[in-house]
Amino acid sequence: MSADIKQSPITKNTITIDGQEIPFLAGQTIMDAALAAGVYIPHLCHRQGFTPHGSCKLCVVDIASRSASACTMPAVAGQQISNNTPALNEARKTITQMLFIEGNHICPSCEKCGDCTLQAMAYHLGMLDGHFPQFFQRREVDASHPTVMLDRDRCILCELCVRASREVDGKNVFAIAGRGINAHLVVNSASGKLVDSDLETSDMAAHICPVGAILIKEHGYEVPIGQRTFDLHQVSEIGLEKTILTKVRQPDE
Amino acid sequence: MSKIRIATTSLAGCFGCHMSFLDMDERLVALLEHVEFNRSPFTDIKHCGPCDIGLIEGGVCNVENVHVLREFRENCKILIAVGACAINGGVPAMRNHFNLRECLEEAYVNGVGVENPQIPNDVELPLLLDKVHPIHDVVRVDYYLPGCPPSPDAFLKILGDLLADKEPSLPHNLLHYD
Repeated sequence: MSADIKQSPITKNTITIDGQEIPFLAGQTIMDAALAAGVYIPHLCHRQGFTPHGSCKLCVVDIASRSASACTMPAVAGQQISNNTPALNEARKTITQMLFIEGNHICPSCEKCGDCTLQAMAYHLGMLDGHFPQFFQRREVDASHPTVMLDRDRCILCELCVRASREVDGKNVFAIAGRGINAHLVVNSASGKLVDSDLETSDMAAHICPVGAILIKEHGYEVPIGQRTFDLHQVSEIGLEKTILTKVRQPDE
Repeated sequence: MSKIRIATTSLAGCFGCHMSFLDMDERLVALLEHVEFNRSPFTDIKHCGPCDIGLIEGGVCNVENVHVLREFRENCKILIAVGACAINGGVPAMRNHFNLRECLEEAYVNGVGVENPQIPNDVELPLLLDKVHPIHDVVRVDYYLPGCPPSPDAFLKILGDLLADKEPSLPHNLLHYD
């Protein structure tokens, strides 16, 4: 997408987010423009450079009298956008609570604890409890791959691994199957197991998971609890995703 | 001014939250100027009298937990769910993915190194519930103090707010699920 923007005639326009005027380039979404200007809009399924997915709904903002996902909505000159409002943040907290109670997010027993974007989002939104009854769904764990672990208990269906595999790795290892409460991550192999897929440790798809659903085996607790990314940073710091990915990928490169 | 009365208990927990509470160390002395403990493992008082604040560690995994929790709710003006297990069931709730018989057979019949295999059923033992529940499945909860365990500073912050008649809130640096 960034290549398209460079080639297109630059028409510089502005949108307004929470009273702050922000420039955007033709073709940019509200999320692109906001992040480029250093304005944080909460998000879990968005990553710069990937095709927007628009599924987590945390980035929903109010544009005049209607609501839309900032990651899929094109920026249009003159848009008056509300982002960091108590009402939107309360709705975002509710969405986050639903993600927590739908899966099995036992933070104290998870290797991703402290590096988990879902957890950091919950901290950011001041989530103290799950509010809703826990589902306690039993979901399939796939430990078949020699170096990559897939624990669907923690999957939030953000499709970052799906898109990383397809758009960056040039493979097609992951997909979401089923609908509604039956939606789940599936692996593209004859057996449905990771071991029979094309996934390699060096793939971005093996490292991009924002929660602890896809983990690299034999790399546990190398950074102690208390010194992890979100022990030291807020999820709202712009550009943190690149830092996390670089840090995680280094040992294998 | 009379002291604020606090009761504490650990249900399906590991007492880690209570240990963390005691990690206030010398700050406990200052706290005890303002509070006194009723039913609690700290005092060994067996039943809860009328209290201002009840701190509940652990989820609900057996019948006794339900009785204790209800006793706390009836007697405490403010009930606080303390720690991951009270809030969402925590690690004990990982058994919810299996049925109770499977769990008992794994531990007492088929487990490695088990001698004289049998599922315990002494009348003294509280009956296990089919599933482990967060405490808000059973009673109304006023406030939540996350952490595994919550830090001594987090305990002090929430109690300090309540002592000062303020709405309790945790700053970002004290909000942790681990």
